[in-house]
Amino acid sequence: MLKMHNVGKVYRTDLIETHALRDFSLEVAAGEFVAVTGPSGSGKTTFLNVAGLLETFESGQYSLDGKDVRGLSDDARSHLRNEKIGFIFQGFNLIPDLNIYDNVDVPLRYRRLKQSDRHERISSALELVGLASRVKHMPSQLSGGQQQRVAIARAIAGDPAFLLADEPTGNLDSLMARQVMDLLEQINEMGTTIVLVTHDPELARRAHRNVHVVDGQISDLKSYEQRAVPA
Amino acid sequence: MTAYYMRLALKSFRRNPGLTALMVGAIALGIAVCVMTMTVFHAMSGNPIWWKGDRLYAVTMDSWDPNDVYDPLHPELAPPMMTYKDAKFLSQSNIPERKVMMYKVNSIVTGGTAERRPHHVISRATTADFFAMFDVPFQYGSGWAAAADEGPEPVIVISQKENQTLFGGSNSVGRNIMWNNTQFRIIGVLKDWSPQPKFYDLNNGPFDVPEDAYVPLGWGPSLQLLSAGSSNCWKPEPLDTFQEYMNSDCVWTEMWVELPNAQSRERFQSFMDGYWSDQHAAGRFPRSRRNQLTPVGQWLINQGVVQNDNRVLVGLSFAFLAVCLINTIGLLLAKFLNGAAITGVRRALGASRREVFLQHLIEVGVLASTGAVLGLVLSAVGLWLVHALYASVRFGERGGFQELTHFDTTSVIWAVILAIVATLAAGLYPAWRIGRLPPAVYLKSQ
Repeated sequence: MLKMHNVGKVYRTDLIETHALRDFSLEVAAGEFVAVTGPSGSGKTTFLNVAGLLETFESGQYSLDGKDVRGLSDDARSHLRNEKIGFIFQGFNLIPDLNIYDNVDVPLRYRRLKQSDRHERISSALELVGLASRVKHMPSQLSGGQQQRVAIARAIAGDPAFLLADEPTGNLDSLMARQVMDLLEQINEMGTTIVLVTHDPELARRAHRNVHVVDGQISDLKSYEQRAVPA
Repeated sequence: MTAYYMRLALKSFRRNPGLTALMVGAIALGIAVCVMTMTVFHAMSGNPIWWKGDRLYAVTMDSWDPNDVYDPLHPELAPPMMTYKDAKFLSQSNIPERKVMMYKVNSIVTGGTAERRPHHVISRATTADFFAMFDVPFQYGSGWAAAADEGPEPVIVISQKENQTLFGGSNSVGRNIMWNNTQFRIIGVLKDWSPQPKFYDLNNGPFDVPEDAYVPLGWGPSLQLLSAGSSNCWKPEPLDTFQEYMNSDCVWTEMWVELPNAQSRERFQSFMDGYWSDQHAAGRFPRSRRNQLTPVGQWLINQGVVQNDNRVLVGLSFAFLAVCLINTIGLLLAKFLNGAAITGVRRALGASRREVFLQHLIEVGVLASTGAVLGLVLSAVGLWLVHALYASVRFGERGGFQELTHFDTTSVIWAVILAIVATLAAGLYPAWRIGRLPPAVYLKSQ
C-alpha cells in the first residue's frame, strides 16, 4: 500500500518558493489502478517523483508498503525503489547503447540477482510484452510502441509491488496507446498496483479511481465503475 | 558488478570515441613527459649504493694551488682526486673497516680460448677491498687478498663482458691471460655490474661504464702505468719518471673508505687532520684545510651529477601533467554530464549514488589504465628518441647519455602508479558530481 498524509514539497530558488505539493494525502491500496490527472504544472509529476522516491519531501508522512520512507538514506531509498517500484516514462527512457535484453536487465543488476534468475525474469517479462524475439535489437531499431513495451518489461521484470507510469502513452499514436493500456491493465490484473499520471480523460477512465490534482493538492476523487478492483 | 561496470565503460568509450581518445591522449602525454624526465632524473640522482649511504665516504684533501681554486664554481670543495702519496699514506690507517685506493689504467689483453688478438681494455688498478666495499657481485671466483696488493701478485678479475670475449662466457677462473705483456691468472669473473652513476670515479662522466679488468694496485708502479682517467697538476715539477709522478702534487688517484659509525668517522677525520698538519708544517697543503669525507649522496651532488636543472625539469613535467589532468577533469565532467539523463534512468531503476559513483570511477579507472599503457609506449618512444639524439655523445666505450635512457622496471612501475593514481584523483570529482545530480530533473530531459 502507498500512503501519503499531508505531504508537502517546495522548490526553492533565490527569488521564489514554489509549493509543488501541499498537504497532499492519498492512499492507494494493493492491486488498485489509480489515474492521476490534472493540468500542466499541477504537481502530478512531483507527486510521482516523491512517490517513486526520486525526490524527498519537506513535510508530512509517506509510507510505502508499510515502510516509512522519511529520513531513509540514499542507499535505503534506492534499494526500496529497486525492489518495490517500477517506472514507465513518457519518453520510454531506454538506454540507447544497450540492447533490449540488457535494458531489461538494468534494475535486476542493481538487485544483485544471479545470472540464471535474471535471465528467467527478463525472458518472462519480454514474453509478456510480446518482444521475446527481439532481445538483440537496439532501442533505435524498434517502433515507439515497441520501445514502450520494452520499458514496461523493464519495469515489471523485478516483480515490483507498484508501477508508476508518467504519461506512458504521451508519445504514441492511438493504436499503440491502446495496446500499452491493454498491457498495463493486464499487469494490474496480475496483482501489480499501478499509479498512472495522464492528461487523457479517456485513459483515466480505464483506471479504478481517478485522482485530480490542482495546485499541488487533490481536488476531486472519482470512482469509475467500468472495471472492478481485483480481489 | 565490477565486470558489468567495465563493460559499461567500454560501451561509453565507443559512444564518444573522439572525446575518449582526447582524454586518453591527454593523460598519456602528461604521463609520458613525467616518466621521461623522472627516468632521467632517477638515473642522474639515484644513489646506486644507497644501502651504504652512511658508511661509504669519498676521501679528499685540498693540496691544490694556493693562488687558484680547483673548481671556481665550488671553491669550498677539495679536488675530487688525491695525490698518490697522500692516498698511499692514508691507506695505511686501520681505522676504516675497508679502504680503497685506485686509478684507471689502459691495458692490452690477449689470450683466452677464443684465441683473441690483442685488444684494448680499460682496467683499474685497485686495492683488495674494492670488491667487498662496493658490493661488486661475482659470477665466478672472488677478488684477491690484501697481501696481493703489494707483491704484487699477478692475479686479475675480469668483467662478464671480457669473460665472454675471451672465454665465451665459461668459467675462466684459474686460466691465464696476458695483461700488458704480463701473465695474469684469472681469480674472479664479475656478474654484469654497472652502477649508474659511476659514483666511485666520476672523472670520465657519471655514466661511464665500469672497467673490464681489475688488478692489484701495486701493478701500477711495477708496470709504470699512468692514469688513463683524469690527472691534474698545478705546479711546475719534474715528471720525467714514474717515481716523480707518484711523488708529485698531481691529483690522479681516487680514495674511498668504509666507516661503520660516527666514532670511526671522527677518528679517521682526526687522522686526516693530523696528517694535514704535519704536511702543512713541512710546507705542503698551502691552502686552508679541506680534509673531506663525503658520503655518496652528497658526493653526487658536489660533483654536479644531480643538477638543479633536472629538478626544475621534473617540476615542470609535473606541472604539465597537472595541466593535462585539469583538462581531463573538464572533459570527464562534460562527458558525464552529457550522460546525466542515462544516469537519471539508472537512479530511477534502483542505482544508489554510491553505485553511480562506483560505475563512473571504474570508467575513469579503465581510462587511466589505457592512458598508462599509452603513456608507457610514448615514454619508451620518447626515451628512444633521446637515445637516438645522443647516439654520438659517448663518454666511454659504451654508455654516455644513452645509459640515461634505459627504461627500467622502476620507471614502468612509476608510470603505471602515476597514471592510475593521477587519473583516479582527476576522476573523483566528476564521478562524485554525477552521483549527486537529482535524477528527476534529467529523467524529464531524456
